[in-house]
Formats: sequence, C-alpha cells, structure tokens
Amino acid sequence: MTPDAIAVANVSHAYARPEGAVKTLNAVSLGVRKGELLCLIGPSGCGKSTLLNIIGGLVAPIDGEVRVNGHPVHGPTPREIAYVFQENTLFPWNTILDNITVGLEFQGVPAAERRERAMDAIEAVGLTDFANNYPHQLSGGMKQRASLARALSLRTDILLMDEPFAALDEQTRTYLGEELSVLLATTNKTIILVTHSLSEAVFLADRVVVMTARPAEIKATIEVKAAHPREPSFTTSSAFSDLRNELYALLRGEIEKTVGGFVGKAAARDRERRAVAGQRDSVVRSVR
Amino acid sequence: MKTAKFDWQARAIQVAFVIVVIALWYYVGHSGLVSPIFLPKLPNVLDKFVGIVQSSTFYENLGITLFELLVAVAIASTCGLTIGYLVGRSRYAVVVFEPLLASVFAVPLVVFLPLFILFFGIGIESKIAFGAAYAFFPIALNTIGGISQVDPRFVTVARSMGASERQLFRRVLLPAALPVIVTGLRIGCTIGFLAILGSEMIAGLRGLGSRIVSLAEGMNTAEMFAYIVFVIILAMILNVTLSQMQRRFGERREAA
Repeated sequence: MTPDAIAVANVSHAYARPEGAVKTLNAVSLGVRKGELLCLIGPSGCGKSTLLNIIGGLVAPIDGEVRVNGHPVHGPTPREIAYVFQENTLFPWNTILDNITVGLEFQGVPAAERRERAMDAIEAVGLTDFANNYPHQLSGGMKQRASLARALSLRTDILLMDEPFAALDEQTRTYLGEELSVLLATTNKTIILVTHSLSEAVFLADRVVVMTARPAEIKATIEVKAAHPREPSFTTSSAFSDLRNELYALLRGEIEKTVGGFVGKAAARDRERRAVAGQRDSVVRSVR
Repeated sequence: MKTAKFDWQARAIQVAFVIVVIALWYYVGHSGLVSPIFLPKLPNVLDKFVGIVQSSTFYENLGITLFELLVAVAIASTCGLTIGYLVGRSRYAVVVFEPLLASVFAVPLVVFLPLFILFFGIGIESKIAFGAAYAFFPIALNTIGGISQVDPRFVTVARSMGASERQLFRRVLLPAALPVIVTGLRIGCTIGFLAILGSEMIAGLRGLGSRIVSLAEGMNTAEMFAYIVFVIILAMILNVTLSQMQRRFGERREAA
C-alpha cells in the first residue's frame, strides 16, 4: 500500500478571543491517499477551512503535525500544494493571463516557460478567448474557472479547494462540478475539497469526511464508490440519494448544535409539557 | 450612451462658467464702476500677459518656482512613500503612527514658516523645505492607507504560491495600493505648490509668489493679474496631468 499523500496527526487549533481561547479543531487525524478526492463537510464555522489552511501551511496548529509526501509542513509549500480559494481572489489589476504568470513567478518558474504554461491551463478550463480580459469583465463562474486555471498551472500533486463554488448560483455550481469531475479524472491529483453542499460532496468525492460542530472532530467517513468522471445521471441514481441522505443524517445533529436548534428545543419542551399534562390526565382519571 | 451625453453636458457647463467669469470681468472693467487699481481692464491684462511671457524676468521666476516644486515633491515622495510603506506593513505601527501623522497634518504648518526661514534662509532652500513638509503628509498618509488596506486575501494567495517579500511588494501590495497612493501624490503636489507660492509671497526674494507680491506693492495691478492668470493656468496643467495619471492607475479597479 502506498503511503498517504497527506497525513494529519492529532491536529488541534484554537484562536484567541477577548473572552478566551476558542477551540476549533480537537485532535483531528486524517489520511488522504494519493490521487483521491476527499471532501470535508461539516456545519458552517466548524473549522473545515482552518484544517485546510493548516494542511496548506498557511496556519500553524497549536498541537499535532501535518506531513505532505512524508515531509512535515512548516509553511506554504507552493511546489507541492496549490490552492483554489473561496470567492474571487484573482488580482483585479492583472489580466487573466498575467494573474497566472505572476503565480508561476511566485512559484519560481523561469520566465520563458510561464506564458506557455499559463495558456495551457487557461485552455484546460476553456477560457482561451478571455486570457487578456480583466477579472471584473468575467462572470462569477468564469472567475472561479480562472482561479482553477491558476492552481492547475502550478502543476502540483495536491490541490486544496476551499468552497470554490460557494459564491455561485446553484446551476453554475452544478455545471462547474461536472466540468471539474471530467477535468480532474485526467490529472490524477490528490485533492481536498471543503464544501457545504451535500450534492457537491457526493458527486465529486471518493471519500467524504463528516466533521462535528466546534471543536471539530471527525464524525464519520463515507466512501463513494463510483468511477470518475461521473456522469450527470449519477445525481439521479438511488445510490446518490442514499449517500446524500446518509450524509445529512450524520450532519443534522451537528448543524443543530451550531445554529442553536430552537426547533429541537421547542419540540422537547412541548413533549415535556404533554407528558406532564398526560400525567395530570391520568391522575384526574384515577380520581374518577 | 447616456454617460457620453452627461460628459458633454458637464463640459459645456464648465466652459460656460469660465466664459461668464471672463465676460463679467470684461464688463465690470469697462463700466468704470471699479477703479483699475482694484480690477484692471481685461485687454490691459492680456497685453501685460503677452509682455511677461516674452520677458526674461518671468522665465527666471517661473524656473525658480518650478524647480522648488520639483525638488520639494521629490523629497516628499521619497520620504512619504518609504515611511508610508514601512508603517503600512505593520498593523501595530499603523495604530501608533497614523493618528500621529494625521494630527500633525491638521496643524496649520504655516505657523512654522518663520522657523523654516531661520533654519534654511530666505532663499529657495526654505521654500523647498516648507513645500516638502506640506506635501509629505498626504503622500505618507495615503501610502499608509493604501498599503494597510490591501485585501488580506491577496496576501494569503500570493504567500500560498510562494511569493517572497520583494515579490509581494512589487506584484501585490504596490499595484493594489497604487490608486490610493497616486491620489496622495496628487494632493501632495497641489498642496506643495500652494505652500511654495505662499512662502514665496510671505518671505521670498524670487519666484512667482514674490513677484506677485512686489507687483501688488508697486500698484502694478494689471501685471499682477497677468501673473495670477499664469499661475491659474499652471495649476490647471498640474491638475489635469495628475488626474490623468490617477485615472490611468485607477481604471482597472473593479467597479464593485
């Protein structure tokens, strides 16, 4: 068996607040196999993005260790890991092409190779005609495709994606998800995708890791056994809806913890009241 | 094209305004309501204007004022951009120094003009120092603002791709902050020009400012007005050049 591309061991994280430290990650351990697409899913604010940033070396954990290809992570490793961030992080003062060549410059690619590599990546996401446009001239979906091109151009083995389609409308998101599945089936990259969309997770992932509410731990891991690239028809199969329902069942309690679960509490109070009333009823009845 | 129509209308109103002012001047000057010592006749001023543009005194004074402005802006930009960058990079330094610089800038620095004369003499050195002191603050303050307000996501993205400190400055911080910095440079130039002319008028031997004052003292109002008209033209050229520069750097900014 090949060693894991990414090995997360007992990673904890907390951030400082005036009222005290808030623990976000509690001894999380996780292995990501080479070439696998792993989805992190959990209630919002649970620390999924923080875990991703720790793996990428952008945030230091307070405890535990992350190894990428066997080496411990102590900062960004741009030759091994590329990022696709949430929302638009393209530089507005650069064209799409320049946005990508500047990334290659940061990574240390020789000037002579940058343009060609950038154009290859732009072609892969179908934006060749827009290479010389500025980001504000593109639609939200195109911008995220450009961000993906920037990450692909870095030619890393690992891709970390932090809710890349979160800011898009549902149709665009579904379509880009299908495109992504086709694109990634050919690249053999190791990918971690943070998402809050259950359908997106089931459609794209080889494994879905369900996280608990803060401080996040791993609640369950679900395998999705379907070959890549996945056809749009997969979303209407019973296997798909079964997995989606299973995921939601796992998440429901965690979401309730996060949003306060007013419905759950009200229902419990109601049940209690009814139970008391029932007792009273029986008392009354017995008196009769 | 609604915006094009608005642009055209705005231009027309601006031109009409200038024409009305000139016509009013012409009319009042010729009506004899005001003594020519207070408001000389427009044709006299134009005569004088043609005269001074051909005189060597004029070019000498113009050269001195422009040289003072150039050196003052160069000094103010160098200091302002450097200090602005160093302060803007650190959140702590911004909290400490930004209010400090802003409150010094709020003091009417003109009260220190006698000190500048005392330290640097009555010649061009005191004008350069005074102009530079005035121009420094908006440049430094805008640079601090521009650098410290760069979207932190851009910095994170650049770091994740392996950007060095130098690359981060050249490729991210500078272009992101440029529109704000250029605005600072524009304000600095305008204020520097004002400070230099003012200091020449209060205590100067040469330059356009001192020339205007000596003409006023000699009751030579027509020639003084000719100089004033020239200063206005100069200020307009400066303003147009600087706003063109500002537009060039600002145009790629996202509208939203």
